[in-house]
Amino acid sequence: MSEALNIVKDTTLTYKQQLLALARLGESTDDETIKFSDEYKKAKAEGALCDLNEGKLTYRPRYICPDYDLLFEKGCDFLELNPPKDLLEAINVLEIFYSHVPSVTAYPVYLGDLDRLLEPFVIKEDREYAKKVLKLFLLHIDKVLTDSFVHAVIGPKDSVTGRLLLELTEEMQLAIPNLTLKYDPELTSDDFALACVKCMLKTAKPSFANHRMFVKEWGERYAIASCYNGLLQAGGGFTLPRLKLFECSLNAKDPEDFINNELPKYIDLQLEYMDKKIKFCVEESAFFKSNFLVTEGFVKLENFTGMFGLVGLAECVNHLLHIEDNKKGFGMNKEATELGLRIMDAIEKRVSEHVAPYCDATNHRYRLHAQVGIDSDGMEDSPGTRIPIFAEPTILEQLQVNEKFHPYFPTGTGDIFKFEETYEKTPEAILPIIKGSLNNGLRYFSGYLESCDVVRVTGYLVKKSEIEKLNQKKQSLNNVTIFGKGAQDGGHALDRRIQKQNDISAG
Amino acid sequence: MAIFFQGCQFNCRFCHNPETINMCIHCTDCVKTCPVKALSVVDKKVVWNKDICVNCDTCIKTCTHNSSPKITYMSTDQVLEEIKKVRPYIEGITLSGGECTIQKDFIIELFPKVKALGLTTLLDSNGSLDFEQNKEILEYCDGVMLDVKAVNKDFSDWLIRYPNEVILKNLEYLLSINKLYEVRTIIFPDKDDNNKETVSYVSNIIKDKCFYKIIRYRQFGVREDERQVLGDYTTDEEYALRYVELAHSLGASKAYII
Repeated sequence: MSEALNIVKDTTLTYKQQLLALARLGESTDDETIKFSDEYKKAKAEGALCDLNEGKLTYRPRYICPDYDLLFEKGCDFLELNPPKDLLEAINVLEIFYSHVPSVTAYPVYLGDLDRLLEPFVIKEDREYAKKVLKLFLLHIDKVLTDSFVHAVIGPKDSVTGRLLLELTEEMQLAIPNLTLKYDPELTSDDFALACVKCMLKTAKPSFANHRMFVKEWGERYAIASCYNGLLQAGGGFTLPRLKLFECSLNAKDPEDFINNELPKYIDLQLEYMDKKIKFCVEESAFFKSNFLVTEGFVKLENFTGMFGLVGLAECVNHLLHIEDNKKGFGMNKEATELGLRIMDAIEKRVSEHVAPYCDATNHRYRLHAQVGIDSDGMEDSPGTRIPIFAEPTILEQLQVNEKFHPYFPTGTGDIFKFEETYEKTPEAILPIIKGSLNNGLRYFSGYLESCDVVRVTGYLVKKSEIEKLNQKKQSLNNVTIFGKGAQDGGHALDRRIQKQNDISAG
Repeated sequence: MAIFFQGCQFNCRFCHNPETINMCIHCTDCVKTCPVKALSVVDKKVVWNKDICVNCDTCIKTCTHNSSPKITYMSTDQVLEEIKKVRPYIEGITLSGGECTIQKDFIIELFPKVKALGLTTLLDSNGSLDFEQNKEILEYCDGVMLDVKAVNKDFSDWLIRYPNEVILKNLEYLLSINKLYEVRTIIFPDKDDNNKETVSYVSNIIKDKCFYKIIRYRQFGVREDERQVLGDYTTDEEYALRYVELAHSLGASKAYII
């Protein structure tokens, strides 16, 4: 049976999911317009490099983060939208606009800093009325933008809109959109941050982004998109391939051979891939020439960058040091963690020496990304620089490892903590942990209670009850539920260590 | 950060971690049952190897003495080192147990050092130590979390097997010097009179001056014979909420259920 026929006959896919699967199949044709070297093809075939199935003919950048302020200021000619004058119009303008924002998933991966955008309209309305409008807005997002990589942002400041979004997030228990709080203890009140912790425990969102760190790297106008990707507003990310570091390490004789010979080879091949993909996307495909987002200035070419991804640092290090038991390896053992840092230094240095095409906003350089894994990764490559599932130490030990690695990744990294039930009663114990860790260099913190239905898999959200539907061969509206199932079946992503009060009880 | 002390003078029927009641008598029964050999005998004493232990709690199930081999003897400086490791992630420490005030000299030595790190210091106590006679312990202490388990003398003797006069005296004393952080009372199923008496008594004293945690009795971890007496189920939430309302009606506005 052909692959297309498989898709057409698959009863577990919704119509839209079939449409997207068929489109993806079309995109990954045998077209050879972009010519890759034999070395690149070989490394890809070996599994050392992965293009995340981006397809051969890139017809839009991978991640697009429109300038929603511009939309509210000027409206949109192409869509014949005027600047909104009240809350209903604002929501209507956003909903229309969202459905025209492409990405690798075909859905918008960045919905805007919603509280900041909507606050001027919300405060003019009665609170209950505003809440009802926002409720319908969130319902629209969950049922129309059916993909968990759709991501909204709140913070850093407290606002009526932010509070309403938190209340609704908890009441509605939906997986979409993903949500991040831009958190800065100087700008975010403890009370608002605590409300976010409470909501996070019950719905696995929002996550906490280190606002100061992102502002330092990107300026104030940064976006958090998809899983946890730092990018520029009015810009985005062209492409995101990844080194599978475990596979990259398989031919190395020892750590020195890896760092001096094998690693540079793979880095250069991935750079080759990125250069060629980006040139094609900018110079050949229509997007940067004719899409209204570009022609009307909602995104600007100079605000895009390339994301240099990697996974499996832990397994790479443990392999190089002949450590069989992950519990004695990367993250748990000083020598292994030090080697991890040396490898990261080597990657950062080599990537920063490469002049990248376009990427004006990032000084013509690519920025590193700790990729979150895909459903087929299994247990061989942990996401980014994470400690493997089943080997996690206590939360504070894990955070202390994370703090060393998160600064390397301006285009995104993060870790997830699963808390036991009793934390529901003591959310105030979690806030100082987040605060302390962000202050020590952590970039991005996610958490949820073990009993949650909405849970964070590796970076995105799914409902356990929806995974159960797939297990029973029923359809799930959310495109991403299937990834959650794969990550759980192959990578045990939902079985991460439960943080008990005895591990750290802060008073 | 919570630091647990081994040993308690009470023997509460509802105790859900009875392995903290007594100090180990080194009978070595648990050494024989440990499945990963994390326990050994050195100089006739049971020694616990934390690195090998898998926390299966077989030792605790084996122990017939309401104790645990999983303890570590530490100096205040050693405890301080552990606190420093997590210093960026916490706002304060809570000493709990067992009953921490049994080791009051240790606390008197530890608290000033913790204060010097800029952390808050709380004591979680059963109220057996007469604080008015032991003011030094409070000098560097931000507050006490006090259990008032039973007000009625007979009920108290039966429930906690220890006199409660000092506890009730502490309730008033700590409140008067502004060191009462919170009071906790457990609500038992089918003990309306006792629940009512205790909650009313406490509420009338504390009013809105401190938090009042109304805790539902939970059967988890409670010894089997005691479960037969107290109930093998958790107090109904709705039932316990009635006592929160009672507390509120008596002016204890900071009462809440957990």
